[in-house]
Amino acid sequence: MPVAIPDVKKTWTNAINVVTLGATREEGGTRTSKVTVGGATSLSFHHFEGTMPHPPAIAMEVWDIAPTDWPQILTEPFADVLNDPGLWAKKCVEQYGAELICLRLMGCDPIRGNRGPQEAVQAVKRVLASVGVPLIIWGTGNDEKDNEIFPAVAEAAAGENCLLGTITEDNYKTLVAVCTAYKHKLIAESPCDVNIAKQVNILATDMGFKPEDIVIYPTSAALGYGLEYVYSIMERARLAALRGDKMLSQPMICDIGIETWGVKEAKASEQELPEWGEQKERAPLWEATTAYIYLLTGADLLVLRHPRAVASVRQAIQQLMGAGGG
Amino acid sequence: MILIGERINGSFKDVGAAIKERNKEPIQDWAKKQTEAGADYLDVNLGAVSKNPADFAWLIQTVCEAVPTPLSIDSLKLDLVRAGLEAYREFGGRRPVIINSTTAEESKLMPLVELAVQYNSGLIGVVMDERGSPQDIDRRVELGAKIFAIASEAGLPPERVYLDPIVMPVKFMQEQGKNVLEAIRQFAMISDPPPHISIGLSNICSKAQERSLITRTFLVMAMAAGCDAAICNVMDTELVNAVATAELILNKEIYSDSYLKAYRKRG
Repeated sequence: MPVAIPDVKKTWTNAINVVTLGATREEGGTRTSKVTVGGATSLSFHHFEGTMPHPPAIAMEVWDIAPTDWPQILTEPFADVLNDPGLWAKKCVEQYGAELICLRLMGCDPIRGNRGPQEAVQAVKRVLASVGVPLIIWGTGNDEKDNEIFPAVAEAAAGENCLLGTITEDNYKTLVAVCTAYKHKLIAESPCDVNIAKQVNILATDMGFKPEDIVIYPTSAALGYGLEYVYSIMERARLAALRGDKMLSQPMICDIGIETWGVKEAKASEQELPEWGEQKERAPLWEATTAYIYLLTGADLLVLRHPRAVASVRQAIQQLMGAGGG
Repeated sequence: MILIGERINGSFKDVGAAIKERNKEPIQDWAKKQTEAGADYLDVNLGAVSKNPADFAWLIQTVCEAVPTPLSIDSLKLDLVRAGLEAYREFGGRRPVIINSTTAEESKLMPLVELAVQYNSGLIGVVMDERGSPQDIDRRVELGAKIFAIASEAGLPPERVYLDPIVMPVKFMQEQGKNVLEAIRQFAMISDPPPHISIGLSNICSKAQERSLITRTFLVMAMAAGCDAAICNVMDTELVNAVATAELILNKEIYSDSYLKAYRKRG
């Protein structure tokens, strides 16, 4: 006799906020494409429970200075453009299909180039002029420096509806104020802590910033380096959001490249660790695998570095969305 | 926790006068203040001021104009409830709604269940009948089960049924407090998923000195027992703070240092 399988489908009361990045000429910007993420009414790719109107999107990372500490496997695809963020961004979009560019202002980092606001603005303008996709502009992580450069950067990109970050529990006022003034979206960062993720959103919205204009960055960890913990934090945030928590209903961004390319599984050459196989296969695979896992727990925006990882993650997203989504 | 703001009631002097004079301002002021304070629903009740359906429609329109908050249509008279639902459909659009309330008396229960089904409304069922209010646990649970069964049969899903165990004043009926709490625990087991369990909170402190403290202490105990809705004074800041804190401890809301603010931003 057949046994009836109980219906375990969940119904949720809330949807993830929809966030659109980029603005076209008609909207006061100069972008030729926009990216919309969020809107899910169930856990990611649970097409049997709800809808996922917007697939996760991939941003490729570009720096305002040529990186000196990237392994050769990673610099190789960009070797001819690393000194020009505009050309680098153009290559990412035209050759590797990046949907967004994540410009990381590493040159402003006090321990790297210690560049000032005007140089940061130049890099931003250069990228805006070179590509038509929306921009994520990521600061140095040094509070003082970020507060110095972001007012100028936000003004230079006014009207372009960029995603700027990050704000944290201890440093949010300047960036919230300039994003409000120049109408950009915000990345709210929390250190693997769902309580602080919620807290940062409350702090930003207390200043009058709209919760619908925030993207959560729960910090990311590479495969093998605490990924399970971050996974569970993101899952908890997403479950709370679907149950109605408006202070956790934001889309989530994962900064995959910077985490993955800092661990030895990606960095070590086969000469150093021959038993781990070829680095050119292993490293992009490590980056892509880290990304796959975050996709499953609710990542809406992924920042990636290697073109092979990008291609492979894009294919995974298409396959996962194909099962009833889209 | 579903907080239903009790203040728009003709029994309060200012609201009663406003209804009589058709003065929108004091009513809309309460609608806004209660919404900001964290009300999920606003109860609207003419009190003894009027039995005229047109007045009820005016009251509902007045509130709907001021805030997007859903309403609880509060009257014991069937024709007023019907008029209220009709007005709410016109002015409130597709917002959720609760009918407050029916008893377990079949002559009342059946038509109100029908209205709830017809208007896609929630329904608060107070566990009393022609024999009056129950004094013990068993009678409360028996009447709760009866209301739930009749509502389910008529097609009202559990998430639209609110059982009210009848809170009684601690000053005059001290033995009833723990009976109500036990009835709440048993209501929660009536079905899976369970119905909502709603209490008329302000009764607990009737004529007592420490009204605010008694009220919030009881509400937290009721929440721990399974109560998830209360008609109450949402303007009592400490009461809403206690609810927000109880929600954390019951792991229904995620902690953040500013959770008291987050609770008020949840709508």
